[in-house]
Formats: sequence, C-alpha cells, structure tokens
Amino acid sequence: MDTVTSPESGVVTPIFADKTLRLALLGAPNCGKTSLFNALTGGRAKIANYPGVTVEYRVGHFELPSGQNVELLDLPGVYGDCGHSMDERVALDAVRGNLEGQRAPDALVFMMDASHISTHLHNILQAKQHGLPIVLVLNMMDMAARDGMTIDIAQLEEKLGVTVISCVAVRASGRGALIQFLDAWSGDVLAGKADVPSRAKGELKDLQAQARAITATTVKRVRKVETFTQRIDQFVMNPVLGLVLLFGILFLMFQAVYSWSAPMIEGIEAGFAWLQAVVESVIPSGWVQSLISSGIIAGVGSVIVFLPQIVILFAFILLLEASGYMARAAFLVDTLMSKVGLNGRAFIPLLSSFACAIPGIMAARTIEQERDRLTTIMIAPLMTCSARWPVYFLIIGAFIPDEKVGIFNLQGVVAFGLVISGIIFAMIMAFIFKKSLTRGESSSLLIELPSYKMPVFKDYLQGLWDRAAIFMSRAGRIILPASILIWFLASYPSNATSIRETFAGKVGSVLEPLLAPIGFNLEIAISLIPAMAAREVAVGSLATIYSLGEEDVDGLGTMLQSAWSLPTALAFLAWFVFAPQCLSTFAIIRKETNSWKWPFFAFAYLFVLAYIAAGITFHAATAAGL
Amino acid sequence: MTLDKLKRKTPAKITGFSCDNKDLETRLREIGFAEGDNIEALHFGLFNRNPISVRLNGAIIALRRSDASAITLELVESSSSPIDIKSARVTRVA
Repeated sequence: MDTVTSPESGVVTPIFADKTLRLALLGAPNCGKTSLFNALTGGRAKIANYPGVTVEYRVGHFELPSGQNVELLDLPGVYGDCGHSMDERVALDAVRGNLEGQRAPDALVFMMDASHISTHLHNILQAKQHGLPIVLVLNMMDMAARDGMTIDIAQLEEKLGVTVISCVAVRASGRGALIQFLDAWSGDVLAGKADVPSRAKGELKDLQAQARAITATTVKRVRKVETFTQRIDQFVMNPVLGLVLLFGILFLMFQAVYSWSAPMIEGIEAGFAWLQAVVESVIPSGWVQSLISSGIIAGVGSVIVFLPQIVILFAFILLLEASGYMARAAFLVDTLMSKVGLNGRAFIPLLSSFACAIPGIMAARTIEQERDRLTTIMIAPLMTCSARWPVYFLIIGAFIPDEKVGIFNLQGVVAFGLVISGIIFAMIMAFIFKKSLTRGESSSLLIELPSYKMPVFKDYLQGLWDRAAIFMSRAGRIILPASILIWFLASYPSNATSIRETFAGKVGSVLEPLLAPIGFNLEIAISLIPAMAAREVAVGSLATIYSLGEEDVDGLGTMLQSAWSLPTALAFLAWFVFAPQCLSTFAIIRKETNSWKWPFFAFAYLFVLAYIAAGITFHAATAAGL
Repeated sequence: MTLDKLKRKTPAKITGFSCDNKDLETRLREIGFAEGDNIEALHFGLFNRNPISVRLNGAIIALRRSDASAITLELVESSSSPIDIKSARVTRVA
C-alpha cells in the first residue's frame, strides 16, 4: 500500500477514554454530506459560526458502537483544494486548522457521489495533500449500480492508498459498513496510529491524469442511451418550456401559500382570540391584563399566525433544493442574470433571501468574483423575505378582495406582483451597481447539475422543522420583547387620552411629517420604528397600537380596513417591497463586506426607493379614485 | 475546435485548455474537465444559446460559452463504448 504511518513518538497525545474524535465531512456539493450528517447525528446539529468570518457550519455528535464519541463537522461543498470562493476557502481553512480557536479535525471523511467518480476522483488526490488520515466514502452506490456502473473497490483502494467504503447514506443498511469502519478506525486515529496517505505528486493536471488512469481500470460504465435525469431534462432544460415551467412553479408556490394556509390561519387566529378572551375574563382590568392581552398576545399572535404560510413556502423551496432542480433554475436564469451583470450562481443566494436575507447574504460566499458577490449582497434585501410576508398577508387580506381573476386568486396575484416588483428592482439596481460601484468584468457560471433524486423524507422534514423553529424563535426573542416595549410606549403616560399623547405617539410624530406626503399616518410611523428589529414587528406593533385603542378586538385586518384608506394600504405594501428595516441584515452586510460603507449605502438606497415607491403608489391610487 | 462551438449530440473528446486565465483553468479542472474526457453538449439556454450544459463522464456541468471557449476538443467518430447492461453490479472485496 502506498501509505506511510505517522510516527508513534512521545509527541502523540495520550489517549483518554472520553476523548472525542473530530471528523470533518469533505466533498463536492450535492454528494450527500448533509444526508449522512443527519443520519449519523439524528439531525441534532448546532449551527456554529467560524470566528472572524460568518460562515455557518453544522456540528453534531454521535456515538459509535464502541462507545467512542464523535464530533462531526458538516462543511460547505468543495471540489479541490484551491478555494476559489469564500465558502471553499473557509471549508479548507477548517480542514487545515487555520481558523482561530478551532483545532484541525483528527481525520477526514471524503464523500463522493459514486456516479461521478470518473469526474471527481482527482479531488481525493487533492484532499490527500492535507496530511490527515482520510477515508473515501462512495455514496449513492445503489444509484450508480442502477445506472450500470461497476466499481472494483479493492483495486481502487490499492491504487489510491486510501480505504474506500461503499455507502448509501440515506439507508441504515447502507451506512453499516461505514460505521463498522469508523468504529475500528477511531481508535487508531486518536492513538495517532492511523495511516496518513502519502501525498500525491504533481500539479492538478498530473493528479487528473493519475485519477483517470485509476478509474480507467476500476470503473466500468455501461452507457445507457438515456438516463432518468436526462429524460426529465428534456423538458426541464428546454430553453422555452424550462422557463415556462420555472415561472409556473414559482407562481404555484405563491398560490399555494395562500390557498392551503387559510384554514390553519383561521384556526390559529381563533386560538389567540380565545386566549385573549380567557385573559380578559380571568385577570381584572388594569395594566397586567392590558400587557398580556394587548401587548403579548396581540403582538406575538399576529406574527405566529403566519407560521403556516412560512412552512408552505419552505416546503416548496426545500423540495426544489433537495430534488436537484435548483441548479437547473440557476442555469435557466443565468443569461437573464448576466444581462444585469450577475451570474446564475447568484440565483441560489437570492432565492434563499426569499426566506431571509441573512442566510442569502452569507450564501453569496459561493460566488467567486468579489464584485459579483458585493452586487448580490446589495440586492439580496430586495427579495421578499419571510419577515415581509406577515405584512403582505395582513394588508392583502384586509384590502384586496378574495376574488377569482380567471382561474387565479386575486390575493395570490397581488402577492406575486409584489414579489416580482422586488425582483425587477433588484435587477435594475444590480445593473446600476455593475455600471458604477462594482464595475468590472463579470464572473463565470460553473455549476454541476445534480441528478434528480427523491428527497429523503426525514431530511426534508428536518429542514422544514429547522425553518419553522427559526421563525418561532424569532417570535420569542425579537417580537415578544418588541411587543412589550411598544405596548409600554403606546400605553404610557397613563393619562394619555389618544395615541398621540403617548410616548410612542411623541416619537412617531417626529417622523409623521416626513411620512405624511406618502400617505402614512401616525400609527404607521410608530410601527416602522420597532420594525427595525425585524420587519414583521410592524404587524405586531400595529396590532398592539390598534388593539389598545379599540374596545373590541375584532381582528387586526378588520380594524385596518376602517382606519386606513386603500391608497395608504397600497403605499404601505409598496414601502415593504424595499423595507429599509431589519438591523440584522445591515449587521450581516457589515460583517460580510468588512466595511461600514456597504451597510450604510444599502440602508440609504433602500430608504430612498421605499419612500419614492410608496409616494408614487399613494398619489397614483388617490388620483385613480381608489 | 473549442467547447463553445460544439453542437448537440456530437460526441467529442477534450484535448486541452487554451486560456490565459490560469484561475479559470484550475476551476474547470477541479470540477472535472480533463484531457481525454468524453464530452457531449446537452442543453443550451434560451438567450444566445447560453449557457450550455454538458455531460462529462457521469456528471452534468453547466457553464457559459465564454468559459467553454477555454476548452479545446476533437470530435470522435462514435460515442458508443462497449455495452454490457447485465454486468451492473458493485464489487467489494474485503
């Protein structure tokens, strides 16, 4: 075997029974690292940040049959060892132990999609250069066999000088061999006795030649006329049908968010109304009752009510990701994106921004060219993040009739229109940025299109659960305190006879003259301030402000119908297309760009656009007699 | 010829890289393009038939024509490799 054994000198750390083995999962994107991670750790992961840079990685723990504890790192996908994008550089730094405060892993688990072994085998030769014990896990062996591939694993091991394990990460029986191997290997690794493969010699070109020579003898491929993936791609990747399908999927997504969620939303609303009634009957009138009913239940409830819609939205996004469609979407929109100087790769961060701009801005790290990354970061806040949905749902529900337009639901059409407006403005801004601030040649699109696969149900549910949990924890951490604060400011001093005389009213009246020309009243001015903490707090704040003033709580939407004119409501929607709120977004831009210039610039341009758009909408709607 | 000129359903073999941009060559190599690999154009985008997707060994990779021009090719007469569907099996020798 072409390996050397690391010296068993006194330098080697003594073994303790409770010493945790640190393993890092390395491999190309889409090779199944996350599936294996979820399967081994049961999905109980801690999302951690690397110090200094805000790259998230997941750390999980599990126990091998021998009782050995393992800490497993799920790293971003990396092809080789050059680190072209920020994402890759951080994954490689983690493996090399170059990150401050992070020990290098004890050993590497290199995963590879077995079907792609002929394309990617040189990547493990590159990974051998890290000088750590390494095992090659060939994942999705079942699919490779189905596509008519045979791999001579014994010969492959011999030629690579690395243990090779065949694996089907998503099935317990498919992971047996890997667990068995890790069980035996862990002791050797911790004792410093595990084989460290000798470094492959030569440049990348030579490594490729070596890899190709290995696969030429160990891999036999029966070339089928048409694989499953190719058959589907006949439609999905068709230049015209593909774009129609993409547009159709996005449209269906937004329709579903409305029509499927209605019964659940009504249920949650009824639940909170009941809770308020209980509080009001049990607790005597006074500030305690007011705090709980008008502050906490109205504020938090008005946001939690949107959980079903958030879940449905993510049900679509995660399905598109897990099935392998997302990279195709990037392909289909690449030329459209290149017209504004962006790159198809920006599609994925931008689509993530539909959930939240924060992971979206961080996902921009996969973009190799710095200028493209900056442009993507700057327009990410224009994507309709989930925090805007509560605002859209509320205002659309209250002011847009629930009618059919042809076969479409009018509310769904308006929501879709708002989303599209965000996208169109993002494209216009990207174009302007590329011509001015981030001028320079555009980067390239280089992306692998994974085979279509049935999403793993457990991973899918896990992903959905994670998103719902993030939304709920925001409700607890940000919206609850913000609701209490706004309740206090809107309730005191206690001798105030109207909202204008309260602390909140005094703060809001400073902004009121600025916002009056675009049709915003005092209550809106007040609600926009705490919305800096999170955009959806605007809804909670409105709920608190209006529920304090009203005797009967008859649903926030109904109250707004009487309090706002239609032009005001439409202007408010237009404002939230840009929504220069959300401090977390500006904080992440500060971190990711390592400069104060970009977050301030983002705030300024979003504010100006929001103001102009709301103003135009208000005056146009008023002129149209709405 | 170069990859950006390759027509669909025309099997070809990669002969090398011709770009001044060393970084681009490295990226192309890391994702899997190498001398001697069989390659076939699969799909083209709607606008200016850009980008393109290619079958490269077992994988499908998408790239823009401008980058594809860095990959030089020669056409191959017939793509058919010996077919033996019945031998689809996975061996593991302990």
